[in-house]
Amino acid sequence: MHELSLSGAVLNTVVKHAGARPVSLVSLRVGRLRQVVPDTLEFYFEFVARGTVCEGARLELEIIEATLRCEECDRGWEIEIPAFRCPTCGGAEVAVASGNEFEVESIEVEETACIAQK
Amino acid sequence: MHRTKVRIVEDALDANNTIAQANRADFDRAGVTVVNFMSAPGAGKTSLLERVVGDVPGVRIGVLEGDVQGSMDAERLAGLHVPVTQLNTDPSFGGECHLDANMVRSALPELPLGEIDMLVIENVGNLVCPAEFKVGEDARVMVSAVTEGEDKPLKYPLMFRTCDLVLVNKIDLLAHLDYDLDRFLYNVDQVNPGAERLLVSASTGEGIEAWRDWLSVLAARSREGAIA
Repeated sequence: MHELSLSGAVLNTVVKHAGARPVSLVSLRVGRLRQVVPDTLEFYFEFVARGTVCEGARLELEIIEATLRCEECDRGWEIEIPAFRCPTCGGAEVAVASGNEFEVESIEVEETACIAQK
Repeated sequence: MHRTKVRIVEDALDANNTIAQANRADFDRAGVTVVNFMSAPGAGKTSLLERVVGDVPGVRIGVLEGDVQGSMDAERLAGLHVPVTQLNTDPSFGGECHLDANMVRSALPELPLGEIDMLVIENVGNLVCPAEFKVGEDARVMVSAVTEGEDKPLKYPLMFRTCDLVLVNKIDLLAHLDYDLDRFLYNVDQVNPGAERLLVSASTGEGIEAWRDWLSVLAARSREGAIA
């Protein structure tokens, strides 16, 4: 159900940029920390896109690994499980370097030739 | 007809975040501190509010009740003579499982902002979606009941990571459960190092004083403009 909410947010973002142009492809960058299940997101996106310029558009996901950086000892590392303490110094001041992304990177739209060119 | 690639690079939640900022600015102008109050269904949000809403010295609290349907929670709280506004999510798509900034914005005209110092927004019971959508809050508080199990921070890290306070509720039941409290607190610390935790029981009143104090301190810090 998380993916249903998110697919609505993706749709709104895409529609804002596409205007009236039909969209054939939506490329997303999704960080691992967003806990998004790609298949589920695709399923819901297809559903919410019906009746919009995104109807039938393919959703393409680039998964971004979660990497952290300790602001106390400057160690950088990649995480598989949600543990946010620095494994070296135990510090709590840890910044997420990547993995929080949930952005529409690009879309592919179908342009119709403008009337003047006809 | 030809295809063109359009580069966008925009957070899909930007639209929500922009409205959340506008809400926050309106709340700030009215001098109202806002708490986004979240948990799984049945963790005890309403009971924990009942314990404190009319009873934080110098802080007049109002509640915005978010539910998919019904107004049972709002009625419970209204009995305590605090201003309660009901927000149902079901007129939209199938009944949203969370509140978003726009839904809260739509409720703004009905909120008695001039008569309160703090607004607690009781979100829809759900550990997943509410974590994604800011609504214009100063602080996020979540409830995790000991009946839910000690692994929840690891299963719902997004929720646990974004909250400022975790209320561990129903501790009166600890003696009857196979629940490892230390393990739970360790898991919270792994997911959100530095998050505050309070052990409470809405049913016996244990820890409620500390919960009330926490809200009081939050209101004071907010008045001083000390919250980013």
